[in-house]
Amino acid sequence: MTTMTIAKAINEGLRASLTNNPKSLLMGEDIGPLGGVYRVTDGLIREFGADRVVDTPLAESGIVGTAIGLALRGYRPVCEIQFDGFVFPGFNQITTQLAKMHSRSGGKLTVPVVIRIPYGGGIGSIEHHSESPEALFAHTAGLRIITPSNAHDAYWMIQQAVDCTDPVIFFEPKRRYWLKGEVDIENPGPASDPFQAHVLREGSDATIVAYGPLVPVALAAAAAAEEDGRSIEVIDLRSISPIDFDTVTASVKKTGRLIVAHEAPTFGGIGGEIAARISERAFLHLEAPVIRVGGFHMPYPVAKVEEDYLPDIDKILEALDRSLAY
Amino acid sequence: MGATELPTPGINGTGLGQQSPAGGASGDPAAEMIQLLGPDGKLGTDPVFSDYAKRLDPEQLRGFYADMAKVRRFDQEATALQRQGELALWVPLTGQEAAQIGSGRATQRQDYIFPTYREHGVALTRDVDLAELLKLFRGISNGGWDPTENNFHLYTLVLAAQTLHSVGYAMGIQRDQKLAEANGSNDPKAAVVAYFGDGASSEGDVHESMVFAASYNAPVVFFCQNNHWAISVPTEVQTKVPLFNRAKGYGFPGIRVDGNDVIAVHAVTEWALEHAREGRGPVLIEAYTYRVGAHTTADDPTKYRESAEETAWRGKDPLDRLEKYLRNEGLADEAFFEQVRADGDKLAAHVRSTTQNLRGPNFRESFAGVYAEPHPLVAEELAWFEEYSAGFEGDEEEGTGN
Ligand SMILES: Cc1ncc(C[n+]2csc(CCOP(=O)(O)OP(=O)(O)O)c2C)c(N)n1
Repeated sequence: MTTMTIAKAINEGLRASLTNNPKSLLMGEDIGPLGGVYRVTDGLIREFGADRVVDTPLAESGIVGTAIGLALRGYRPVCEIQFDGFVFPGFNQITTQLAKMHSRSGGKLTVPVVIRIPYGGGIGSIEHHSESPEALFAHTAGLRIITPSNAHDAYWMIQQAVDCTDPVIFFEPKRRYWLKGEVDIENPGPASDPFQAHVLREGSDATIVAYGPLVPVALAAAAAAEEDGRSIEVIDLRSISPIDFDTVTASVKKTGRLIVAHEAPTFGGIGGEIAARISERAFLHLEAPVIRVGGFHMPYPVAKVEEDYLPDIDKILEALDRSLAY
Repeated sequence: MGATELPTPGINGTGLGQQSPAGGASGDPAAEMIQLLGPDGKLGTDPVFSDYAKRLDPEQLRGFYADMAKVRRFDQEATALQRQGELALWVPLTGQEAAQIGSGRATQRQDYIFPTYREHGVALTRDVDLAELLKLFRGISNGGWDPTENNFHLYTLVLAAQTLHSVGYAMGIQRDQKLAEANGSNDPKAAVVAYFGDGASSEGDVHESMVFAASYNAPVVFFCQNNHWAISVPTEVQTKVPLFNRAKGYGFPGIRVDGNDVIAVHAVTEWALEHAREGRGPVLIEAYTYRVGAHTTADDPTKYRESAEETAWRGKDPLDRLEKYLRNEGLADEAFFEQVRADGDKLAAHVRSTTQNLRGPNFRESFAGVYAEPHPLVAEELAWFEEYSAGFEGDEEEGTGN
């Protein structure tokens, strides 16, 4: 066991992938000598050279589109998109090309491309640097979407993304980049399936599902609720597409109540998808409607007021109160 | 910075990539176009490309004609099939046969081709069964053929998206060759050809693909068929300078070739592919040609262009001029042309019977292709569909696509 930050864990995971798989390579803006704006690729170009750690022209469609070509040639490119709000010039390539190449070819072609996107707010940044566009990608069949919330997962999940035959969008919770945690680099343990949700805390009165940056918030809310005598189960979803509904359903059958928390706007979001599925799967076990805690239907607000926008402990506790009142 | 300072050793002295903008002093946009075989069927000379033309033996020249005639016949048959309701849509290529056969025949087996959606002639040169192309247009597949079999990628309907795939693929070739050389292998070197239209040249992906290709010196040949129209919009709305001139801005050679002259297209593409395979980087070829018919069977060109324009271009027909040349030089006799006609009819019959027998896939197959690895949501939805369908047991017709 070693302790490291999430950013360092992704860096180590990428290093392991580059070492173990000669066909893997990294591409993105400023990822070479600078090591990326968040330094996630720090030092990798020195070790692996400019053919494996490619500083690309400033062109997101170009990055994703050429990565598709490299994947068709047998390579495993890992693309870094500098910030969530800048993925959209590459959105066409991701949704119309990357996601569909396998099905269009009747399974003859695979495009194992990983798209790394630092996402989410809470860092006091400016426009386009704090968005959570995961639902836009989740709606597209053919893509897999995962997001780690701790260093151990970050280390293993990035490697699993590189190994995956399908394209994977790897959302990195940027405000947690500096969150430290223990990483077992010998053994993934329960992290061996990146598409499985993890029950981080057992409870009996209600379930909170969260992922990425909101996992620590959900845990803190559960701890606060415990002081009021409430026993709250917390699930780290880890995979946004596919979603491990079995784990969520089992938990709801036990607790009877569900809160889903994410930073993205609730309207048309992942929370709505979970609410709908759970009402289909566990309707008779529910003691209260599924409640979503998320962003408002507005562009991500300016940093001075983002605290009001972001789901926090109080918003989750308020949702818990509402749920428990039924 | 002049083009002579660019790192393209192969073009020194040829003047390639150095043409003046907007068609030069004469103001004629086609003024600086490479042409070997004129509309009169006479072979001219060119300081660089005549040498390439000399490599062609009579057998190959007859082959070019046979290919062009075949794909034109195929085009007519597919158009008829669409009219008869056998295809949802057809994208005709008549007029562009020389651009496609000339370039396609210049590729080698190890090269990889990224077409757009009108490259039926290129498909023919890559030995793709033309009936396979029709699956897409019959609405029974979003692909249709195995791209790995002939190194001929699937058609791409989102304009210009494939130009980036081509550059990435070329970057992969570069890496593979580096490794192969280190291991002492002397496999034939490969390059990539990316096809796109004059309309698609306005899409951002073409720009980005050229930036990437230039930055990494990727072995890719950009082959733009300027057929003068993007559905109803003329080339002048897409660009103020001849398209081949854009290459200069990216730092690689651009060549405009008479796209109705199969010999010149072949020569120029061979040159460009050699340039790319030898590690000298990308080339842009603009094949100056014309879409004689409609954009697709859903289009009505009388709404936006004069028929005189079409008539003028018919006078430059790629098949007519090669036929004249072959006859004048005594390289083909009447029996040859008879045979070509007979082969065309045979192909048309094959395409017709194959198409009519092309049945839709079983809908269940659509679940299988979504992901390469097992996916619980897909499995769950398939299970639901199976159970739901079981309720209609007996009513169901296999293979109707429903
Ligand atoms: C991104 C995108 N926008 C619009 C279309 C619709 N569309 C299909 S073909 C076409 C014109 C293309 O013209 P050009 O690139 O010159 O090729 P041509 O069909 O003439 O060979 C348009 C607008 C499309 N397929 N993709």
